[in-house]
Amino acid sequence: MKALTANRLIDGEVVWLGRAAAWVEILAEARVLEGEAAEAEALALGAAAVAGRLIVDPYLIDLERADGGLQPVRLRERIRAHGPTMRPDLGKQARPHSSAA
Amino acid sequence: MYRYDEFDESFVSSRVAQFRDQVRRRLSGDLSEDQFKPLRLMNGVYLQLHAYMLRVAIPYGTLNARQMRKLAEVARTYDRGYGHFTTRQNIQFNWPRLQDVPDILAELAEVEMHAIQTSGNCIRNVTADHFAGAAADEVADPRPYAEILRQWSSLHPEFSFLPRKFKIAVTGAAHDRAAVQVHDIGLQLVRDEAGSIGFTVFVGGGLGRTPMVARKVRDFLPETDLLAYTEAILRVYNRYGRRDNKYKARVKILMHETGLDTLRADIEREFEEVRSGVLDLPKAEVDRITAYFAPPPFAQEEAGDADAFAQALDSDPALAVFAERNLAPHKAPGYASLTISLKPIGEAPGDASAEQMELVADLAETFGHDEIRVSHEQNLVLPHVRRADVPEIFRRLRGAGLAEANAGLITDIIACPGMDYCALATARSIPVAQRISERFAASGRQQEIGDLKVKISGCINACGHHHVGHIGILGVEKKGEEYYQITLGGSGDENTAIGQIVGRGFSYDGIVDAVETVVDTYLGLRQSPQEDFLAAYRRVGDAPFKEALYGTA
Ligand code: HEM
Ligand code: SF4
Repeated sequence: MKALTANRLIDGEVVWLGRAAAWVEILAEARVLEGEAAEAEALALGAAAVAGRLIVDPYLIDLERADGGLQPVRLRERIRAHGPTMRPDLGKQARPHSSAA
Repeated sequence: MYRYDEFDESFVSSRVAQFRDQVRRRLSGDLSEDQFKPLRLMNGVYLQLHAYMLRVAIPYGTLNARQMRKLAEVARTYDRGYGHFTTRQNIQFNWPRLQDVPDILAELAEVEMHAIQTSGNCIRNVTADHFAGAAADEVADPRPYAEILRQWSSLHPEFSFLPRKFKIAVTGAAHDRAAVQVHDIGLQLVRDEAGSIGFTVFVGGGLGRTPMVARKVRDFLPETDLLAYTEAILRVYNRYGRRDNKYKARVKILMHETGLDTLRADIEREFEEVRSGVLDLPKAEVDRITAYFAPPPFAQEEAGDADAFAQALDSDPALAVFAERNLAPHKAPGYASLTISLKPIGEAPGDASAEQMELVADLAETFGHDEIRVSHEQNLVLPHVRRADVPEIFRRLRGAGLAEANAGLITDIIACPGMDYCALATARSIPVAQRISERFAASGRQQEIGDLKVKISGCINACGHHHVGHIGILGVEKKGEEYYQITLGGSGDENTAIGQIVGRGFSYDGIVDAVETVVDTYLGLRQSPQEDFLAAYRRVGDAPFKEALYGTA
């Protein structure tokens, strides 16, 4: 289980490829990629979004199921998905609607 | 302090305009990311985990109230209300939007600040003793020389594409507070027998994955040869430094692979070529620059001031502890340099909110001759305050949560941003610092432990100076988990030493206990409270600590 992540060019915001071809700011809305074909399609959309000046540095991350939702496997990606661990007032975790992200 | 001349001013504003155009072209698609990335880095803009990061240069860590207020304004307007002061005496903003960066740079230019040469393979911000121009023990103020080096190195065409980054530090005193021996070039101001100013020159220090203590290449370099000699070192490095492998590209590796004698001979040969030419520093030029750094008009110590201060200390134990830890001896009678700790218990080392920055600016204006310093230990300093004003300064700092009396103690921790922000990190460092700080928070306990420098990096790049921590902590990743290696016995002063790894690492949960074990072991074996941690370690070696940590000597 994977997702495709990147930073948005204009402001650096962490984003993931969403279920539609849009780039979403919340992990819970990310497109979950199962299998090589899905990954290849996502990477192609990522490359197109780089060319289209929406994002920079797209790459695949591993996901796992945890607490009834999806979580990145690596701590680094969990921190990107939520925000600095010692500053709950900063990053995505500070947004009212993203407590379950 | 140094003021921009017309050249500086027009250069910095044309650079802002140039970057504004580059951002515009990036967003419109005229520049690709590959083309743009080196340009943004040349203007201090990185991409970190959550957002872009802007690193702003604070030359030799010196700034005035107006500049500090501007940093606060940038933090509030364009960032999330705070900034992070770094071991390189700079400040980093962690959340700017790329599209805003040209505006931020324009705001900074209004107060003679910029982000040039804060990244890339060039000569970086020259750092200096944070008590420069104030310290009782100093031979001479290192800042005029740091400023001369800054002017010479700014946009130096020959040295804009070095094999790797290049860092220069200058100390004005025999007691080195600028860690000069872990810099590419370290300069220590000295006087010869005739009383003339010169430098002891060190080359090839550095941390990162291959930590090395610099080697002394000159006992005494006359003042007038400063630029010619520095240029000679840079030329030798530019010519022979490795470009095939970025991990072997720093001058420390060249020193290591070439050997001191050969490299010194190369430098001296190059120096013979360039000396007595345009790079000679005329006395008049040194005097002109030094005049910018003239000491402020210190007030005469009034009769009774000293007694009043002593009485204030007697009547307020918290103030007494603060004065003992956070005041440093000043060259003018009745004055002191005051450290404002950015390590309140449990907080992120080096972070300051916009409000705190503004308070420090106010204090500097009211009590401190409009001078502020950033120390490489990630604290702020008011270099010139009257001792008589300290009780009032303390009172105001306390109101803002900035009166922690821990300068040089175990909770005065250096920590790099680590995995909470940094894209290169292998583990977190700030929360480790916070937990250690909380564990040892009790003032009595810290005082009892005494001088102890803990330094933490979130990866092998060593931005948190862990190799020169008395206790150094390096966060690594092992099988997807954070792991923390402890080094002991490092030091970044005039007796610089690289700490030794004590044994296998500890988990995130276990690292604070391990540090406590090390500290308790020290307390149990020191000969007296006067024998500080480093002295005790140097006396006994690492065996007792290994025994305590692992049960195996
Ligand atoms: C985006 C964040 C950062 C990045 C990408 C970064 C990158 C690096 C890298 C790659 C090195 C190793 C250089 C080498 O060995 O050649 C290094 C060293 C260093 N950095 Fe950072 N750094 C960052 C933030 C910081 C911060 C916040 C500080 C200050 C707290 C800092 C201070 C230093 C110092 C003191 C060294 C070691 C001294 C030396 O160069 O030998 N860096 N950094
Ligand atoms: S030491 Fe590593 S984790 Fe820490 S700031 Fe430097 S590059 Fe980032």
